[in-house]
Amino acid sequence: MNKKKIKTLTLTALVSIASPLWAEMAYVSNEKDNTISVIDLDAMEVVDTIDVGQRPRGILLSKDKSTLYICASDDDTVQVMDLATRKIVDSLPSGEDPEQFALHPNDRHLYIANEDDDITTVVDVKTKEVLAQIPVGVEPEGMAVSPDGRWAVNTSETTSMLHWINTETFEIEKNIVIGQRPRHVEFSHDSKFAWASAEIGGTVHIIDVDKLEAVKVLDFKIRGVNQDKVQPVGIELTSDGRYAFVALGPSNHVAVVDAQTYEVLDYLLVGSRVWQLDLNADQSMLLTTNGVSGDISVIDVEDMKVIKSIKVGRYPWGVVIAPSS
Amino acid sequence: MLRLPYISHAVCMLALTLVALAAAPAAAVDIRMGYIQWVPDRGPVLSNIIPEPEDGGLRGAELAVQDNNSTGRFLQQSYSLKTVMADSAEQAVQTLSTMMDQGIELFVLNVPATTLRTMAATAGDKVLLFNAGAKDDALRISECSPNTLHTIASYSMLTDALAQWLNSRRWNDIFLITGPTDQDIQWAEGFRRASKRFNLDIVTEKPWTFDGDLRRTASKELPLFTQGADYDAVVVADVRGDFGEYVPYNTWLPRPVIGTQGLTPVTWHRVVEAWGAAQLQSRFRDLADRGMNDLDYAGWIAVRSIGEAVTRAGSPASGDVRAYVLSDQFQLDGFKGRKLSYRSWNGQLRQPIPLVHPRALVAQTPIEGFLHPKTDLDTLGYDAPESTCRISR
Repeated sequence: MNKKKIKTLTLTALVSIASPLWAEMAYVSNEKDNTISVIDLDAMEVVDTIDVGQRPRGILLSKDKSTLYICASDDDTVQVMDLATRKIVDSLPSGEDPEQFALHPNDRHLYIANEDDDITTVVDVKTKEVLAQIPVGVEPEGMAVSPDGRWAVNTSETTSMLHWINTETFEIEKNIVIGQRPRHVEFSHDSKFAWASAEIGGTVHIIDVDKLEAVKVLDFKIRGVNQDKVQPVGIELTSDGRYAFVALGPSNHVAVVDAQTYEVLDYLLVGSRVWQLDLNADQSMLLTTNGVSGDISVIDVEDMKVIKSIKVGRYPWGVVIAPSS
Repeated sequence: MLRLPYISHAVCMLALTLVALAAAPAAAVDIRMGYIQWVPDRGPVLSNIIPEPEDGGLRGAELAVQDNNSTGRFLQQSYSLKTVMADSAEQAVQTLSTMMDQGIELFVLNVPATTLRTMAATAGDKVLLFNAGAKDDALRISECSPNTLHTIASYSMLTDALAQWLNSRRWNDIFLITGPTDQDIQWAEGFRRASKRFNLDIVTEKPWTFDGDLRRTASKELPLFTQGADYDAVVVADVRGDFGEYVPYNTWLPRPVIGTQGLTPVTWHRVVEAWGAAQLQSRFRDLADRGMNDLDYAGWIAVRSIGEAVTRAGSPASGDVRAYVLSDQFQLDGFKGRKLSYRSWNGQLRQPIPLVHPRALVAQTPIEGFLHPKTDLDTLGYDAPESTCRISR
């Protein structure tokens, strides 16, 4: 990238950060504090800390972004928070030890990975009915549903597999073995590719969804960092198909990948043991949860720079961004 | 500013092959394994309040059979374990022959080094043995057997871990107490070697020869026993747990007690919870109704290594499992925060060593900053140039 272009981008970035279209709030689950931190992204500071169930890990938003679902792992439940009032208004049956989950585009079917039971539970969030419990491999962890609604994918950590679940029949149609300890799956916005991280294997596997085959295996090398500490976890893809961001755990870096050529463009230094990521609405800003340092790093996407870190609770795990309500 | 350094986007052909493997409608495979345990009576010990479980090792192997089968049901693999708890060394050796006659090629052994030597010698090259019990260094540096891999950490790995930590704390002056058994002497030899490697000074070394009952007299005997030149820590070599539990809080100087009691280096312990280990611990507790110890872990990871090799290499034959496990491709998640592999020259599982006290993890080694040209995991235990073993040739 030439210097001129960078200047232009920097200016754009400054303008977009100084005058956002609307205020946004980030919600962060703190695994060892049993709280959700609320961050005002205009002020870049924590404005509220909400008590929730025990060991909150995965969090996600309803499609209209008015409701936050929270995996309270040690309470064996999924809590439902109304973001307007910031109150827990309901809880859903989740199966034991829910860790991560994903919401079908129909805004109703919630796919939950039950880490201690080797199953995936599907719950209708409106009727609270358990629609299916699907046996998967040992220690199910990551969950994703394709944006077109056709596939739900679960990763099982000790089995090292991606389980491809047909969302019509709730049956596994395909198992793909990838690297050691698969943690997270992220679909491209056109549902054509799935990106899956293998934490201990140190790799990201890109699966062609039509063929259900890996088309690429990415690995990462950060100068001065022990290779064994490069442990991919969370993945975030920009909707324009340009970038993938991969959180690299205890290497304390986020990889910036060209999502078309699969070239690793850069490594950004963030806090300690970076786990999960989320982009804001206009995708100018990327937040990372840093488990060990207990903070959030804010990355300016145009400039590809870490511009701020914000202290939250102990062991921040998940992060989502919603418009201020 | 965007930099373009360290670009890495290699296509891993291995992984692509594996995907193809998983996709193929494989024929059902039965993987039969044997578990043989022979644990001699350790003799009367003073500290007999909390007994060690008698099925340490076995329950770990059983858990891994469950884990392998959970994966195996998607790959048409079925794992089973035939178990014998032998009453003598002779019975253990005889059991190995019997199981071999029944066609079993993969074994997990929790037996003493002398028994293991006999078993390895009689087993020949048609089987693969996982040593999940004997910590003796000789088995890894001079008497290596090509058919034997080691999942339990050796004495030198444990003592190197402890010495790295002492060095990092700058607690360099050591008072060493050595028990009388052969295992105590081996542990102490490991620590002496480690103290040279990591720049510790053993200012006093005393053999434990007292035979009084310390439950009555510890507070009187040990302060006098530990008098002498100033030291930063007391290191105890009491592998079977005879007198060591009575050393803490009874030293002449107010110093920490570490080694085989107090703060101890271990292959595994129930307090390890990071890196997903909490899940392994709770699975084990559900199965065995007790905490998971180092022998359980050694049994568990031996069977998991077999499962991983069968899945990736596509064959349950002992020769194929051995070749894959000792290859550069092998990597296994052992809930220790990084991928584990085997030292190809002596078959020892490379692994981080946790330092624990009974209710918490204190540190995990290798400690950052201790470097090695290949992997810092090889700063723990004897390294290839120090050994005559070359089992993978």
